[in-house]
Amino acid sequence: MTDAAMETAKPVATRPARTDFGLKKRYRVERRFRIYGVVAIALGLFFLVALISSIVLQGISAFRQANVEIDVLLDKAIIAPNGAVNTDALMTGNVFRYDDVIRNAFAAQLGIAKDDKGTARTAYNLVSKGARIQLRAMLAANPDLVGTRQKVSFLLDSNVDAFLKGHIDADIPESRRPIKDRDIAWIKQLEDSGALSMKFNTGLFTFGASSRPETAGVGVAVIGSLYMMAIVLALALPIGVAASIYLEEFAPQNRLTDLIEVNINNLAAVPSIVFGILGLAVFINFAGLPRSASLVGGLVLTLMTLPTIIIATRAALKGVPPSIREAALGVGASKMQAIFHHVLPLATPGILTGTIIGLAQALGETAPLLMIGMVAFVADYPVTPNDPATALPVQIYMWAGQAERAFVERTSAAIIILLAFLAIMNITAVFLRKRFERRW
Amino acid sequence: MSPFWIILAVLGIAILGFVAGVARARASVNGNLVKLHSRTGYYGSFVAIWASLPAFLLLGVWLIVQPIVVDRAVTAQIPDEAIAATGNLSLINGVVRSVAEGLSRLSATERRDLDIGVVAARPLIASKGVALASDVEPYMIRAADTLNRLQAAGVIGRTALVLLVSVVGLGLALLRIRPAQRARNSVETVIRGVLLSASMVAILTTVGIVFSMLFEALHFFSIVSPINFFFGTVWDPRFAAAGSEGTAGQFGFLPLAWGTLYISTIALLIAVPIGLFAAIYMAEYATAQVRAVAKPLLEVLAGIPTIVYGFFALVTVGPMIRDWIAIPLGLGSSGNNVMTAGVVMGIMIIPFVSSLSDDIITAVPNAMRDGSLGLGATKSETIKRVVLPAALPGIVGSVLLAASRAIGETMIVVLAAGVATNISANPFQEMTTITVKIVSQLTGDLEFTSPQTLVAFALGITLFTVTLGLNILALHIVRKYREQYE
Repeated sequence: MTDAAMETAKPVATRPARTDFGLKKRYRVERRFRIYGVVAIALGLFFLVALISSIVLQGISAFRQANVEIDVLLDKAIIAPNGAVNTDALMTGNVFRYDDVIRNAFAAQLGIAKDDKGTARTAYNLVSKGARIQLRAMLAANPDLVGTRQKVSFLLDSNVDAFLKGHIDADIPESRRPIKDRDIAWIKQLEDSGALSMKFNTGLFTFGASSRPETAGVGVAVIGSLYMMAIVLALALPIGVAASIYLEEFAPQNRLTDLIEVNINNLAAVPSIVFGILGLAVFINFAGLPRSASLVGGLVLTLMTLPTIIIATRAALKGVPPSIREAALGVGASKMQAIFHHVLPLATPGILTGTIIGLAQALGETAPLLMIGMVAFVADYPVTPNDPATALPVQIYMWAGQAERAFVERTSAAIIILLAFLAIMNITAVFLRKRFERRW
Repeated sequence: MSPFWIILAVLGIAILGFVAGVARARASVNGNLVKLHSRTGYYGSFVAIWASLPAFLLLGVWLIVQPIVVDRAVTAQIPDEAIAATGNLSLINGVVRSVAEGLSRLSATERRDLDIGVVAARPLIASKGVALASDVEPYMIRAADTLNRLQAAGVIGRTALVLLVSVVGLGLALLRIRPAQRARNSVETVIRGVLLSASMVAILTTVGIVFSMLFEALHFFSIVSPINFFFGTVWDPRFAAAGSEGTAGQFGFLPLAWGTLYISTIALLIAVPIGLFAAIYMAEYATAQVRAVAKPLLEVLAGIPTIVYGFFALVTVGPMIRDWIAIPLGLGSSGNNVMTAGVVMGIMIIPFVSSLSDDIITAVPNAMRDGSLGLGATKSETIKRVVLPAALPGIVGSVLLAASRAIGETMIVVLAAGVATNISANPFQEMTTITVKIVSQLTGDLEFTSPQTLVAFALGITLFTVTLGLNILALHIVRKYREQYE
């Protein structure tokens, strides 16, 4: 393409008489060049659309979850064999006794004969293994229910869920699918009786890590991420703003200033995994902070976010015209007063925008968190920042490693949640910039 | 008191100091504030700073020094024979720490029983919820007692001393308040110091990164020779136990370097043409409206977390490349391959090329374009012969930055490149990268003396050096270029 253009350009210069020489060809090249640009942009946008739509298409079904509502007789003889009905007694002892209660109720719902234990057991496999924990928690919270008859809604097993969503094909041979013909008949029966329903999957937002897809959720991970964001905000914002004010307003032109600037620019481009190694070596190994804690995660992400915030804040400070400073100085303010009373408030929208973008970056970061041991199976909500915690992107990473189809769906759903958080943050940043931006 | 409460207490004293300082400044001029050098708040801040800053500095120093002193004292209690017998001081130290934890949970009678030897130490301590790794020797109990005593003394000492310093600072500062005292200047000097130290965090971080990796990497190189590491072609650290013979060549860096370079090259082959043409179009052809929509949308690609790209590669792109290209061509049978990782990484770094190149192309002075167009060149001829050559250094810089991004990228390759180490030209084979191996060597149980763990630091510092070099070079080129036209 370049060669073609050169061939035609030279004769034009030497033979001015033939002004139309090769003009058509040159215009063709021109058009082609333009099309390359359009194609490049279209490809970029296509990739974006492909990425988002593939995630959404795979994940959207995870927001619905199959539930079954059954009439459960909370038989005191089974639940409280020794007669004690209180929270302690209900939480201790054999947890499988709750299975018995639910299995009986489920068998009754399906019309399976009471003495046909084997069939009842097979049918009960349709219900999530988390049902017993759910029932135990429900009764422990309200022991008065023991001995009564209650309508309770249970999660169905992930395979049933997948079948109902059409992820498992009923046409393939029975031996090769996890849902057998008899199961399908039962599912039909439950559907017809109205006991089975697809509900909004609240568990996805409240549960923690679990080896069973239907009881796995991002709730615990979101809390861990929130802790880390709080730590990043509390540390990176003040330090970043202070550093920017120094560099932009006070720093003399000397070696130290140059060194700081070079360092900040380089830290912004250091691979994130290196920050993880730093956290492992300094915060965990040297300072003795606990592994897997959101405190350490927050500190590592703070160091990672600082350059972003500093660069944005410096741009915002630079955007405030010198006349503001001069006016303040002119009426007798000290330099410090001019900056803190006048320049900084005017730069706030820009600083906030940069901070939110930095936070969004930190929220999506995974690699450094792997280094500091946040790849842990955390099923309980962390209470303090020192407790073992996990983060939303790390949870996604761990689920991505699971083979089951139900986890693919949930991973995509977790990604949708993560992207939703990021979108909200970025839109807020854009809104802030649009709403409060001043043109001088 | 724990450091947290000490900090709160000192802050409380500082607030009191602020109020007292304001009141004293007012009183010193009988309410005629014009006579004061500074506004009253500065006198308050002056006192508050004296009440808090020295106390915090002391607390910080104490928190760093105390563990070192305690460690020394405890180590002194451990006989040399014991160290020689196990050959590992940190192991003994760990047990002593656990014993100390257990001893602090014992009641007075249990402790007496232990001292006269009626009960064995290990089961007793285990019954308090502290499991021990080995049996308890008498010297361990002595060392543990020293540890507990020093820790307790340290807590009392630091609480008393820090609070004392805080109160004394408050008192001295209050006494110094005079109407003519230049409180504002003092306070502003302190604030300036705080601002300077905040900006030093960047240097500290870099120093921290370098030293944290350097020491462990040197430790690693004392076990495995750098020549075997950098020029080894076999990566198989599982069987390379510390000190055993025949470990040479098990930590070969070359397969990782090859995988990293191969994947990055594919990524750049995708990202550079697309990014560059997109930048040219947006800078030279697009209308303002198109630009206002296309540019932020392309930049969304840079805002999507890398784990999302990794998952996209794993479940969508990988199987697609495997089923449509690799298997029909008979080149591979795994969705985890160089091509998958490279393509997805290429998509990710498109905006790194396009945004920076766009800025740089836009910065080329219009006079140059006008000159070329005025001579009769078409727009594309102007771009190819005038604008791009002028912008070339900057574009090279942006490509280098994108390359450094690609080399350091972790999550995409962890999920999509595979873990097998291959040196081959087939892009449909599994290969692995430096970052993948850092992740796999540093997750799970860590033993900071084994080369299996330490190799991650050697890999880390290599990665850091390479990306740092690329970044410095790129930033240098971009800055040089900017200076040329500004």
